Amino acid sequence: MSSRIAPLLIFILLIALLLVGLNISDNKTLIPSPLIGKQVPAFDLPVLNNPGQNLSWESFLGKPYLVNFWASWCPTCRVEHPVITELARRRAIHIVGLNFRDLPADANAWLDQFGDPYDVNLVDADGRVSIDFGVYAAPETFLVDPSGIIVFKHIGALTPAIIDNEILPLVMAMETGK
Amino acid sequence: MKAPSPFFALALIFYMTVSVSAQEPLVFENQQQQDRFDDLTRELRCLVCQNQNLSDSDAPLAHDLRREVFEMLQTGQSNDQIKLFLVERYGDFVLYRPPVQTNTYLLWLAPLILLLGGALALRASIKKRAALLTSSENENPDD
Repeated sequence: MSSRIAPLLIFILLIALLLVGLNISDNKTLIPSPLIGKQVPAFDLPVLNNPGQNLSWESFLGKPYLVNFWASWCPTCRVEHPVITELARRRAIHIVGLNFRDLPADANAWLDQFGDPYDVNLVDADGRVSIDFGVYAAPETFLVDPSGIIVFKHIGALTPAIIDNEILPLVMAMETGK
Repeated sequence: MKAPSPFFALALIFYMTVSVSAQEPLVFENQQQQDRFDDLTRELRCLVCQNQNLSDSDAPLAHDLRREVFEMLQTGQSNDQIKLFLVERYGDFVLYRPPVQTNTYLLWLAPLILLLGGALALRASIKKRAALLTSSENENPDD
């Protein structure tokens, strides 16, 4: 009797494994960042519209901010742009644009065409800082707390839901925690 | 004139795909360093096209990461240091060979568990057959 049920049980087990695998594969491109909970990678980069001036990670200490990696060659960044614009309009958080692997002329043309929602834009021309942040797909967004710790990361275009349900509550918690 | 054999054409295609990755103008100090570079970039995953390694991928990120690996080799860093550099930024996912650690024990031990399970099932089945055989021999002593 048991030898007849065994193949069925094994089959059910395999189906269960398949279903679990299918669920995991939906999220498999979202690699958990090892940087969450760690100090923001050290950077010292020129400002896009003022190339003589550099800003370092230390100059952002003391208040929470978003780092948004974008580039003019990135189509998803265009999709995300209205969402960032809306967030900027609400003045809820300091938004640092990190223009990477891009040409300043292209970046400026992009901002002229679509509007510049960023509080400041930094230039990571050779992409080294983007590697330190573990960026592999643009856009990517990091939330950094006042002490310079990365508390949240999102890969791909931000949506109003992510901003309202995940980012802004974290920012509120930081501000009430102070 | 004989037409070139299809095997020759196929071999040419394979040769061309192999030589693409060698086109990057990286000047190695010696053959040993180049071998280490080749081994490392084959073992590291390109995160943009996740089913390719760094050596095969033509994505801009793969170019940049190959450059990072190359420069770290130049400055005399060990293979482990180079892998750690990438794991600290991109997570264990960059390694094609997952490290043995608490969340991968099941992965590494699964083949052993399956082998053990198979051995136990085999033993049970042999015992059962042996018991059947002896009992049938007892029932029909004339056979």
